[in-house]
Amino acid sequence: MTLEIIGIYAIAVCLLIGAAFAMVGVIGLIKFNDPMTRLHAPTKVGTMGIGMLLLASVLHSVVFGDGSMHELLIMAFLFVTAPISAHFLAKVSIHNRTTETPPPTSRDGTWSTLNSPDTTPGPDKPD
Amino acid sequence: MVIALNVMNVALAIAFIALALGLIFSVIRLLIGPTPGDRILALDTMVINALGLVIAIGIFQGIQIYFEVALLIAMLGFVSTVALARFILRGDVIE
Repeated sequence: MTLEIIGIYAIAVCLLIGAAFAMVGVIGLIKFNDPMTRLHAPTKVGTMGIGMLLLASVLHSVVFGDGSMHELLIMAFLFVTAPISAHFLAKVSIHNRTTETPPPTSRDGTWSTLNSPDTTPGPDKPD
Repeated sequence: MVIALNVMNVALAIAFIALALGLIFSVIRLLIGPTPGDRILALDTMVINALGLVIAIGIFQGIQIYFEVALLIAMLGFVSTVALARFILRGDVIE
């Protein structure tokens, strides 16, 4: 009985934390004024917000049903794929030159996505 | 017990409102976003918010089947984000 009540309060706390992180991330998406800064805010929605909602779902199924851990699969998938999509979006920002010039690279001449034969003079390619 | 259930229902309502507002703000960024990267990011955030709404509906109704819907939405959102970014980067999705 008491354990059930504690579980229900834990569900409520997880839901509130998830909602707060979703709200903060989207407000950042609206208010920031540079593409790279805008990129960093909604990542919190994907990891902390959805993670907490899924944790609340797991707790809900443990308290009210017979318990299931399927939601951890979605959590693992999101934690793996969020950095990959963020990396691709950062590459899009660098590629379109909508951000400030990135710092010079240590080994190569320029960033690989900017290193196209249209923009940089290089050795002549055989057609 | 009744008080705890009421608290959980209020928290669920707050989560619904926050995710719906997140969808609306993402649509605003999708409309005003000056660069293509911002628009892709807004679409990605919309997918994530829709995923959160599906999970919240699953908690609200107490049905386990929404888990599979959420997993499908997560996978399709990742694939579509990567496809759009690759289209801008390379001019083609699959070369």
